[in-house]
Amino acid sequence: MDGTPQTSAPAPRASGGIGRHMLYVLRANPMTLLAFVLLTLFLVAAVLGPAIVPHDPLATNAVNALKPPSLSHWFGTDDLGRDVFSRVVVASRLDLAIALSAVALSFAAGSVLGSLAGFYGGWTDRIVSRVLDTLMAFPLFVLAMGIVAALGNSVGNIVLATAIVNLPFYARLSRTEVNIRREAGFVQAARLSGHSDISVLATQIFPNALPPMMVQISLNLGWAILNAAGLSFIGLGVRPPTPEWGIMVAEGARFIVSGEWWLALFPGAALMLAVFTFNMLGDGLRDIVDPRQRS
Amino acid sequence: MTAFVDVRDLSVDFKTRNGVVHAVRHVSFTLEKGRTLGIVGESGSGKSVTSYSLMRILDAAGVIAGGGISFDGVDIAQASERTMRDIRGREISMIFQNPRAALNPIRKVGHQIEDVLRQHVQADRSNVREKAIEALRAVRINNPEERYHSYPFELSGGMCQRIVIALALACRPQLLIADEPTTGLDVTTQKAVMDLVAELTRERGMAMILITHDLGLAAAYCDHLIVMKSGEVVETAPALELFRNPQHAYTKRLLRATPHGTGNVRDLLPEDAQPADAPPAPAPAAAVTPLLEVENLVKEYPLKADPTGVFRAVDGISFTVGRGESVGLVGESGCGKSTTSAMIMRLLDPTSGIIRFDGVDVGAVSAGKFASSPYRGRLQMVFQDATDSLNPRFTARRAIADPLLRLGARGDRRSMPRAALDARVAELAELCGLPAHLLDRFPHQLSGGQKARVGIARAIAVSPDLLVLDEPTAALDVSVQAVVLNLLVDLKEKLGMSYLFVSHDLAVVRLLCDRVIVMKGGRIVEEGGCAEVLEAPKQDYTRALIAAIPHPPL
Repeated sequence: MDGTPQTSAPAPRASGGIGRHMLYVLRANPMTLLAFVLLTLFLVAAVLGPAIVPHDPLATNAVNALKPPSLSHWFGTDDLGRDVFSRVVVASRLDLAIALSAVALSFAAGSVLGSLAGFYGGWTDRIVSRVLDTLMAFPLFVLAMGIVAALGNSVGNIVLATAIVNLPFYARLSRTEVNIRREAGFVQAARLSGHSDISVLATQIFPNALPPMMVQISLNLGWAILNAAGLSFIGLGVRPPTPEWGIMVAEGARFIVSGEWWLALFPGAALMLAVFTFNMLGDGLRDIVDPRQRS
Repeated sequence: MTAFVDVRDLSVDFKTRNGVVHAVRHVSFTLEKGRTLGIVGESGSGKSVTSYSLMRILDAAGVIAGGGISFDGVDIAQASERTMRDIRGREISMIFQNPRAALNPIRKVGHQIEDVLRQHVQADRSNVREKAIEALRAVRINNPEERYHSYPFELSGGMCQRIVIALALACRPQLLIADEPTTGLDVTTQKAVMDLVAELTRERGMAMILITHDLGLAAAYCDHLIVMKSGEVVETAPALELFRNPQHAYTKRLLRATPHGTGNVRDLLPEDAQPADAPPAPAPAAAVTPLLEVENLVKEYPLKADPTGVFRAVDGISFTVGRGESVGLVGESGCGKSTTSAMIMRLLDPTSGIIRFDGVDVGAVSAGKFASSPYRGRLQMVFQDATDSLNPRFTARRAIADPLLRLGARGDRRSMPRAALDARVAELAELCGLPAHLLDRFPHQLSGGQKARVGIARAIAVSPDLLVLDEPTAALDVSVQAVVLNLLVDLKEKLGMSYLFVSHDLAVVRLLCDRVIVMKGGRIVEEGGCAEVLEAPKQDYTRALIAAIPHPPL
């Protein structure tokens, strides 16, 4: 890649490859670039977190309790003298893992259900759609609370609850995207090429539904992080002393009145930044997976 | 004294991802009141952009980079947006290509006409309804009082285009721009719509600019023609003059490529690109053994309004296609020709009737299960809309390889080794005249003609015996159409396939088919050798179809 923008119209070249296309998308849209930089930051924190933080996130030190941010403790210390910066960084692994697995689960299940409903129509569609409508009739957070309360207080169940409340969004989106392409010319052509129903759906129609699904995934990741943190905040799911943004905000909230703002602010800011990152990521992801954006 | 419309040295640029595109370069023309000007060119020639600049409705990336446009003394390029709003609709009006897209789908057509009248203060509350009905009557809509309450989806394509014309003419503009006003309409509807536009503009002494890719249509309705190519005017002349004595090489090529009832398919190609061999003679009608036999084929759909009633889209038709024969299936939209071809291709199950292919009743296997039938590879199809028929996520190579991967080289489901597959795809691409370096492009990176070639290559990949061609050239420019038609003739000769050519264009069918079947309302109204049917039609309907083809004044 040379850095000079092309000013005259070059001859249309063959598909430039996904790498080159990614570079174009990132350069054309600074917001996407920022989102990718932030995402990389979060991923580094999640993968390397425990190895790179300056203090043990679980080590208490009564002498150093409730110290404001300083050079040795960038985000200050909490009521047990634990380093808030280390805890915020280490927490990113758990929060991202919950969000990613929950979204992956609802994407997989939602896509299958929605695609089948959209492709076959008729009774399949009616049954799937009504079940989803019923699911959506509940306030989502309350539903998630109910699921975790009923199944038991564990990380696995938070993932499951988050996946279930998000499932209808994927199912509805994939249903529509598949449905509008059901009679498309390339689908007919695929049948002539000897594709069976399932093969048409899986290899021809569904990949074309991916670009809008990518936007949904990205927005949903942010929402899933909030959901998981929210459940922890009200005491469901992850339990102390495990570092987790939701719990840290909940615990820190008690100290805001007495002036120790850093306990809640920094994990809250991390949460906000993560959600912000995923929201911004959507459009960029869509542009990258859509071959029509390439030229 | 400047002309009524005076375009001088107009250049329009578009900013795109790959730099600036000069869409229109140094175009000049004039037009007086009461005259009609035809702008003819193939896609990408800049003919639409020129007309959009007249109304200043270019999209955001486009700018008038040079030259001037004066309309009735107003400098359009410099006029304020406010002035332009007054001019659009009241002084200059436009008819768009797709009438359904130009109408608001959830508003009654009468109200849409009223909107225009009120916007330009041509009517007040007391008489607006009356004026709207009058506008509907002016475009020869029967029962305008009733139609006033119709929604666009309740009307046919031709009716919708009349409504659009009514909208465009409601404020009695002085200049009408018609941008491909009849593309997508049947030939008979096209004639009715164009006759109406011509009559109304003459009556009102308006000027008209007709933008079209169809030289025949332009010649039939315009006094003066300009021919555009790649943003530039290559020739400008009175319509008759242009046909009798074309000057520019491009104009000559366009004229040659337009099918006009005489000559053979080779005549469409430019003189310097003529193949050495003459087109193959049509197969003698008696000698052919039947490959496809259709008996009493019926397709019924339940009516939405009345669950007990049925609509017969195809109403008991019988015909045969011989081995190595080309049969044309002709009719207007809604005549059941596409339903028929879908049933023969086993994409749709017939309500009753027999489809016998090579002596076997292939209709007995349901459409859902036909994908695994041994006959799947022997029945293939080229679709009308090449863009729609290619998966946007597949490269050309992958698209052509798809049937080979599923069905094997001869439709025998034997998987091919990777190298053989690549070789076969390359061979098919060469056979269809698709340059090898285009094989790794996605559909949106290919031109219309290239996409058509990919579609054809895919259809013949598994060496079918019967190929259904569903208006394969309807969306193509005439010069590309000429090349594709010749390709089809050559392929048939080389591979010995039978063709069922579905089309509404008799001029094209004549060039490609041995026999023709004319359908109307789900039934066959006439059948016979191509020459007989076209030169001595027995039925009034066939005669009307032939008469509606716009003829260049040769």
